[in-house]
Parts: sequence; structure tokens; C-alpha cells
Amino acid sequence: MTPIIASLLWMKIWFALPLIAAVSLVYAATRHEDMRPIFIHAARTAVWIVAFMAIIFAVLFLIGWWL
Amino acid sequence: MAEENKQAPAETLEVELKNPGLAALLAWLWPGAGHLYQGRTAKGALYMICILTTYFFGFYIGDGRVVYASWRPEDRRLPYLCQVGVGIPALPAMLQAKIKEPGKPSPLGTDLMAPPQVAEHWQPGQDMDDLAQWHQETGVGFELGTLFTMVAGLLNILAIYDAFAGPVFIKPEDKKDKKKKKQRGPPEDEKKNDAKEEGIEYVEEKIS
Repeated sequence: MTPIIASLLWMKIWFALPLIAAVSLVYAATRHEDMRPIFIHAARTAVWIVAFMAIIFAVLFLIGWWL
Repeated sequence: MAEENKQAPAETLEVELKNPGLAALLAWLWPGAGHLYQGRTAKGALYMICILTTYFFGFYIGDGRVVYASWRPEDRRLPYLCQVGVGIPALPAMLQAKIKEPGKPSPLGTDLMAPPQVAEHWQPGQDMDDLAQWHQETGVGFELGTLFTMVAGLLNILAIYDAFAGPVFIKPEDKKDKKKKKQRGPPEDEKKNDAKEEGIEYVEEKIS
């Protein structure tokens, strides 16, 4: 394993980025045939996923802080 | 009506699927291959890049140990059911599970994708088995690698469906209906709007 990847391992959250990109692109590709709408849809899906994750993070953070 | 047809996206054109069954099989064997067979080159390349990059990246951060097949009671490798979705890149694991005998080197000449040796009943003080050692050596990479390879396999199932049945287009009417509903306002005003559109005077009925 390269040192760059090894150094990233402790910041596990960054591993979500390629996963979000891949999931968004593949999902968008199942909805359109042309490339332009695929990329637009993928960008929207990626934003939606990040927002959803942020909401879940906030809820868990508040629960953790409150308990 | 003519205006509506003009506004409909050109995307709703029919897609040539050739032999959908064969395309689905190819899409399973190698992500994107089904689309290349159908002549949908750009989408095939997109699926291939996204799915195989995710799979091989996971394989790499898991030190090549995260993809293996095992149905032994002490180590049921359920993630493999998802990983096998990528087809050929995950299939050697099945072969290894079939031919490799525990404690002996694999007849294939490499232990890549071979299932680890797992102690049936581990006792404190006993040496770590292969799986425990892999976890210790790879650390969080083992879990992340498993996750990436699983997601790649699951994403390919979407790609297989796309090769078999074509894209699930979003109906242009759905978007239009939503816009119309937004412009119309609350549902109680809908009858008034409908009457207005049809040129009829709307009279509200009151029950006393």
C-alpha cells in the first residue's frame, strides 16, 4: 500500500468521496442515455447523498451530545 | 400539443438493446461489456470505469485479501454474494474455494482470493488464525476494501438491468405535473383553475 493511501486510512471519511461519485454516476446512468443529463443527474444525486449524510451526522452528533 | 412534443426531451428515443439476455450476461461477466455489445459505448465506458475502479481500489486497500468465497460454518463470507456481482474479476474466488485444501498451497500456484484458514474453536493463548492475522495486518483497510468491493458488485447489478431493459427514463409528464401543481397552489384551488382553463365559470357549492 502506498504511503499516501496509508496516510488517508486514518481519515476514513475521505473514502466516502470516490464511493459517492461512483454510486451517483452509475445511478444516474440507469436513468438517462445521453452523457450530459447523466452528469447533471449525478451531480444532483451526489449533493443529495452528502446532504443526507450531513443530516444523519448532525442527528447522531446531537444525540451523542445530549446523552 | 405540438408545443408539448417539442419540449419533450430527445432522450426518450428508443434504445437498441440487440439481444437483451446476452447483453445482461456480458454486463455481468465484465462491467460495461453488455453496453459495448449494444453499441452504447459511452455508457459502457462509464460503467466500466466506475465499477471496476471501485472494485480494484477496494481490492487494493484490502491487500488483495477481501475477495474470497467461503461457506464454512466458522466463516460464512456473505459479502462475497455482493462481490460476485462484478463477474470475472471476482470469479477466481469460487475456484479457489473449490480446489484449495486447508493448510496446503493452492494448485493454481497463488493464494490470491483463496479462503483463509480459520480456527473452529479458538482458545485464549492459541495462535491467531489467518483471518485474524489479516484483520490485524490490514487494519481498517480490510473493512473498507470489503465495502468497496461489495458496492462495486451491487452497482453492477444496476448496470446489468440497464443492459437488459434499457434506462428507466424519468417521464417528462411527471416533471410537468409537479411544476403545474406548484403553480396551481393548494388543492382547494385546483377546481377553480381547471374551470378557468376550460373557460367555465366555477360556482362553489355551500351546504347549509
